[in-house]
Amino acid sequence: MTTTAPAEAAVYKSPSGAAKRTPRHPGRIRRIGLPYLLLLPALLLELLVHLVPMVIGIVMSFKELTQFYIRDWGTAPWAGISNYKVSVDFDAPVGEALLHSFLVTVAFTLVSVGLCWLIGTAAAIFMQGTFRGRGLLRALFLVPYALPVYAAVITWVFMFQHDNGLVNHVLHDQLHLTDKPSFWLIGDNSFVALLTVSVWKGWPFAFLIVMAGLQNIPGELYEAAALDGAGMWQQLRRITLPSLRPVNQVLVLVLFLWTFNDFNTPYVLFGKSAPEAADLISVHIYQASFVTWNFGTGSAMSVLLLLFLLVVTGVYLLLTSRGRKTADV
Amino acid sequence: MAPPRSFLWSKRIFLTLLTAFVLVPVYAMVSSSLKPLGDVSGKFRWLPSHLTIRPYIDIWSTIPLARYFVNSLTVAGAATVCSVVIAVFAAYAVSRYDFRGKRVFTVTVLSTQMFPGILFLLPLFLIYVNIGNATGIALFGSRGGLILTYLTFSLPFSIWMLIGYFDSVPRELDEAALVDGCGPLGALFRVVVPAAIPGIVAVAVYAFMTAWGEVLFASVMTNDNTRTLAVGLQGYSTLYNVYWNQIMAASLVVSLPVVAGFLLLQRYLVAGLTAGAVK
Repeated sequence: MTTTAPAEAAVYKSPSGAAKRTPRHPGRIRRIGLPYLLLLPALLLELLVHLVPMVIGIVMSFKELTQFYIRDWGTAPWAGISNYKVSVDFDAPVGEALLHSFLVTVAFTLVSVGLCWLIGTAAAIFMQGTFRGRGLLRALFLVPYALPVYAAVITWVFMFQHDNGLVNHVLHDQLHLTDKPSFWLIGDNSFVALLTVSVWKGWPFAFLIVMAGLQNIPGELYEAAALDGAGMWQQLRRITLPSLRPVNQVLVLVLFLWTFNDFNTPYVLFGKSAPEAADLISVHIYQASFVTWNFGTGSAMSVLLLLFLLVVTGVYLLLTSRGRKTADV
Repeated sequence: MAPPRSFLWSKRIFLTLLTAFVLVPVYAMVSSSLKPLGDVSGKFRWLPSHLTIRPYIDIWSTIPLARYFVNSLTVAGAATVCSVVIAVFAAYAVSRYDFRGKRVFTVTVLSTQMFPGILFLLPLFLIYVNIGNATGIALFGSRGGLILTYLTFSLPFSIWMLIGYFDSVPRELDEAALVDGCGPLGALFRVVVPAAIPGIVAVAVYAFMTAWGEVLFASVMTNDNTRTLAVGLQGYSTLYNVYWNQIMAASLVVSLPVVAGFLLLQRYLVAGLTAGAVK
């Protein structure tokens, strides 16, 4: 096991002589241990806050864990795979509700990530070059992202009120688009409400990343394309979008994971139990665990969710890395 | 070469609509925070019947907002400082050294990013309670427990971003420092860290925002004394009345530090993302 740093340092140092390094034997031993020492705090914290709880969570999912055992959860009786059976029995109420919530979450995530990506990319491309007010506009666009979730979502709750909200005032009183004021935070419209808030809050992140990615595209590419007679739209399709591909792969994955696991937005928007049409899986599991006090089933659902995310992420990484390879050839 | 008219018009229309979409809630928040209670309890109106700064005075007495503010500031501040320091060490190790288990480490840390928070909420709660019972260190319900939790939330992303950033700092620089007699930590703090300041600022901004905005763990793991703004703001809706003007005023006050900090430092964030995440 050698460290590359000393080796390369020696190459770098060669003109003035590498003799200085050889006697420092104790230093080298320390240096081999050093990376581990530097990683130790991060490792310990990840263990304490993520990995050990995950293992406990998995163990809990095999136990019959109700509020009676919560003080001393180790003594809870084993349940085998019954928690999982209940969760995936789609003909029974618990499983049916979980499946519904899962499908709602998938639909919500796909549409939300798609819109965030589309709006963010379009905004970043249109904001290229210089024009009056560009700096101000850019700062303004980042405001939704910078706002704390609860402050932003509370404002939307205010706007979505049935009787006195801004949304109904505009749609019904001012534009006369609806026959009567709609309910936004209950019933089917709640999906639209959730989506609106999620996109409003999320697109600036895509904007930020794509903006950063655009800065890495060399200007000569555009100059060469322009000389060859490629118009603005063609340059966009042939240069900008393909060059953004590696950026987009990371961006879409991060957006997907954040949106899929989002708890804060639906929780602040709807409270502890979301309307059926907007029953995202994280809130659903929270409710299964903390409201109906069935921690075993809640844990089993969480593990299933994690497995799903692992598979999706794995497949995604596999597909995109293969895509990158073929693009390079 | 001037862009074609079609491009210019698409740009104008798109940016105008987007600005409206972004601004309407911001306007609703700001204008409602300056309205008397009568205005916000009735039909929505674009303009206040008369301007008042009363909500900004009342927010401090309706709920103990100042205490929640200090709690949030302590928790988010401490989590940010710890998270940045720990991420700098870890990213330096990964960026500059080859060691056994390097890939396992990066993959593990990154994959914790995909854990649904709900999966480890209850186990973490139990661990904190058990540590408290065994050692007397109060983690559950304390600011310490929340700090510990939050600093790991931003850690994976921070480490990942800093690895990219450190990689972009030429190795020759810190190797020269090593040769000149600096220890590895000397090289880190005198050469790599100063050269990577934009990345580190970006990571700090991200860590602070993550902690300042978190709701789930804040609502389960705090008590009356340690409550953060994320949970505290719910106090403005009582059984009899929802003080929307005060909620909006408080939301604005609570948002100002993060939004101002973010906008001031956003250049660093873009620079940090360019070198770090986007490669």
